[in-house]
Amino acid sequence: MKSSPSLKWQNRHLGSHITLSLWALVVLFPIWTMIVNSFKFKLDIYKDPFGLPKKWNFDSYGSVFRDSDFFMYFRNSLAVTVGSIILVLVLGSLASYAIVNWKNRQTRFIYLFFIAGMMLPLKIGSIKLLEMVKALGLLNSIWALFPIYIAMGLPIAVFVLTQFITDIPYELTEASVIDGASRLRIYAQIIIPMIQPALATVGIYNLVPFWNDLWFPLIFINNEESKTLLLGVTRLFGQYQTDWSKVLAVLTLSAIPVILLYLTMSRQFIKGLTAGAVKG
Amino acid sequence: MKNRKLGQYTWYCYLVPALFFYAVFMAWPLADSIRLSLYSASGPAGAGRTFVGFDNYIRLFTDPDTSARFWGAFGNTWYFFFINMVCQNVLAIVFALMLSERTMKGSRVYQTIIFIPVTLAILVTGYLWKLILNPQWGAIAQILTKLDLKELVKPWLGDERYALTTVALVSSWQWVGIPAMMFFAGLQNIPDELLEAAEIDGASKLGKILSIRLPLIKPVIGIVTILTFVNNFNAFDVVFAMENANGAPSYSTDLIGTLFYRVGIAGQHPVGIPNPGLGSAIATSTFIMLMAGVVGILGLTKSEK
Repeated sequence: MKSSPSLKWQNRHLGSHITLSLWALVVLFPIWTMIVNSFKFKLDIYKDPFGLPKKWNFDSYGSVFRDSDFFMYFRNSLAVTVGSIILVLVLGSLASYAIVNWKNRQTRFIYLFFIAGMMLPLKIGSIKLLEMVKALGLLNSIWALFPIYIAMGLPIAVFVLTQFITDIPYELTEASVIDGASRLRIYAQIIIPMIQPALATVGIYNLVPFWNDLWFPLIFINNEESKTLLLGVTRLFGQYQTDWSKVLAVLTLSAIPVILLYLTMSRQFIKGLTAGAVKG
Repeated sequence: MKNRKLGQYTWYCYLVPALFFYAVFMAWPLADSIRLSLYSASGPAGAGRTFVGFDNYIRLFTDPDTSARFWGAFGNTWYFFFINMVCQNVLAIVFALMLSERTMKGSRVYQTIIFIPVTLAILVTGYLWKLILNPQWGAIAQILTKLDLKELVKPWLGDERYALTTVALVSSWQWVGIPAMMFFAGLQNIPDELLEAAEIDGASKLGKILSIRLPLIKPVIGIVTILTFVNNFNAFDVVFAMENANGAPSYSTDLIGTLFYRVGIAGQHPVGIPNPGLGSAIATSTFIMLMAGVVGILGLTKSEK
């Protein structure tokens, strides 16, 4: 009992709060300056880089939308990211369903073969991939990105989904098997609804690297119509270099969609992006 | 019975689509890069490629010009990894220890904030910090000037002495959220009874950290080290955004990732023609080193059972 005042004091964690608040400041300060300065006039950025704009300037956003191919880039990125994630989830869940239900040496090997890809950076195989994409006639097309992202997303999909499918109680599927339901029906009506949280985890795990990938678009795509958002940002960054307000508008526009999505479901993001780490 | 056995093979229909994409677009290009490293630079569309044995490797490791670049990038990448281990991962452990205290208030808010940069594209982070670090107009220079510390303003990205450290610190700023949350999850798994028992035994806060909390998350430390190692030896975007693909100034920020891009994909100055053979030799050397590193780190941080 005697130690209770000091314990209370300790439980306030003053040092921790100071450290973490300082770091929060270090994290938020660049993002804050990015957003507020994108609404300022050129001279005001220099005079007062940290405060809210005194005169709001929406022209930067207006001209980014008007003069650049921003929406085209955005559409390309959206198509590639969403399309690849859906295919990763469909193919990954089908394969995991088979791996769990058809247990033998072959499927054990196939499982390990997939898992090995979790640690392998595909970037290392880029020279070969570039030749393959050329040979397939997919250079300068967003179609080149789909198979590569699918291949990149499958290891984690198989890893997470097999664990979840294994955990589904046997009684749940048994009844349907007796009723003579086909495998595909069990997959669609029982398995998929049961593993929805795992599908979300895998989807989020892949969302950030696909949306934010610079490398593969950079080496495969050169023409404007097929550029992804980030590739477009590299062009606009060079083009607007001297006009900071415009540059910051471009950066804000490219970062905001993911940040907003993150803030609305931060728990799932944190869980998804650190998936597999602790179990592994 | 026979019918049922046949039925088992229809599982292949479920497996093959995923296997196809994974094998063709991941396993095969990785494996074939090893073969390509034994061939000379090819003409257009792969024509005129000849087997040269280990010539590419010999050139990479010993040719005066080529090896200077390679060993330069190699050393820089190790330094980049070192800074990330020291800053990013040590900060991550400190944050995780603070956040996982049972009586800590506002833990979730801090977690959400620490993790924000992870969701940004490296390119965007790099460009943003490049503007902030601009010695004339950037925010940091202005703060220092206002604080009468103008002499501390340096061309952080333009001076060979600071450029690589600066780039590595920006990389740490971006990624610290992932190891922090991994350590946090690991620390949460430690049973309360264990810590309470230590408390009753009179263990101090630091004592609990050193004797219980850190040893129990040793496997997580291993995984984080591996992730940092693999990611750093493939880093490209951050240098591309803050400096350029040449690792300016004068190759001081040249990493294996940027060297690989120049040699194997984009073509080096002044020739401008990519050399897939030499590029694949860089990729294969990196690959072998990563494998060796991963096995080594796993061996060092296995949890004793």
